[in-house]
Amino acid sequence: MKFTVVVFPGSNCDHDAYHTAKHVLGQEAEFVWHKETTLKGADVVVLPGGFSHGDYLRTGAIARFSPIMTAVAQFAAAGGPVLGICNGFQILCEAGLLPGAMLRNRDLKFHCEHVGVRVDETDTPFTSLATKGQVLRIPIAHGEGNYFADADVIADLESSRRVIFRYCDSRGQTTDDANPNGSVNSIAGICSQGRNVVGLMPHPERACEPVLGSADGLVLFQSVLSQVAAHGEMRTAAS
Amino acid sequence: MKARVFVTLKPSVFDPQGQTIADALHSMGYAGIGDVRQGKYFELDVTAKSADQARTLASEVADKLLANPVIESYRVEIE
Repeated sequence: MKFTVVVFPGSNCDHDAYHTAKHVLGQEAEFVWHKETTLKGADVVVLPGGFSHGDYLRTGAIARFSPIMTAVAQFAAAGGPVLGICNGFQILCEAGLLPGAMLRNRDLKFHCEHVGVRVDETDTPFTSLATKGQVLRIPIAHGEGNYFADADVIADLESSRRVIFRYCDSRGQTTDDANPNGSVNSIAGICSQGRNVVGLMPHPERACEPVLGSADGLVLFQSVLSQVAAHGEMRTAAS
Repeated sequence: MKARVFVTLKPSVFDPQGQTIADALHSMGYAGIGDVRQGKYFELDVTAKSADQARTLASEVADKLLANPVIESYRVEIE
């Protein structure tokens, strides 16, 4: 199974995602420069964290016009699993592949710390092996992760169960204290209408081995591995 | 021709930077300053045959790139 990691100028978690796919999961992994136009046979696409184009103008605002984003949109439209992590989530929002936008953190501080992240929905390719209500301890590292959308959009996200991850305390409670950036409804991650495009501000790829202080992020990658494997078998059976 | 584009957060969107600036001004003794909203200002050199055409072009790039309609609104001035 192949993970394709898109590299933008300023991406800095691309190697973390590659390492997780290649060395922790033992899968095929390849980088694709943002100027390229094909995803090189990807089964899963990762838009990594970082500061694409220096975060100039708005986070992700310039990266969304990179040539590779046409291929990413086509891959997403065809139902392919796409994971946007941190800056990757911001790019997906700017590209309109996920709704909403990021504001500056409410306290204007850059937060770099491990936080509690509750898995609220398990019917996405990246959470299928998690349990509902499971609390992951994974890091965040962002200055602009304060998720915002109009009240109508938030209501639609909630009613269609598209809020996948929420910031929480160690007991899984979504308190104001446990919300590091002021996101509406403690939203840490959401999915598309088709549920195959997932974006989140926390960094699961930085928490996939005990030596890193947490391996809680691994469940996202193991989930997509099992999902793609299952669908591959289904495709084979159908052909 | 010059186009000026002013991008601001929509009124419904909380502006923590503007709030921090307002708090600073109040602590400096400027009681006459109320709310502060921080925005962005762009000067575009535009090749166009008329002011209307320049305005259309500036609005198009503001819609596509300079402003994010989810959180921001903008206005254009042509010189």
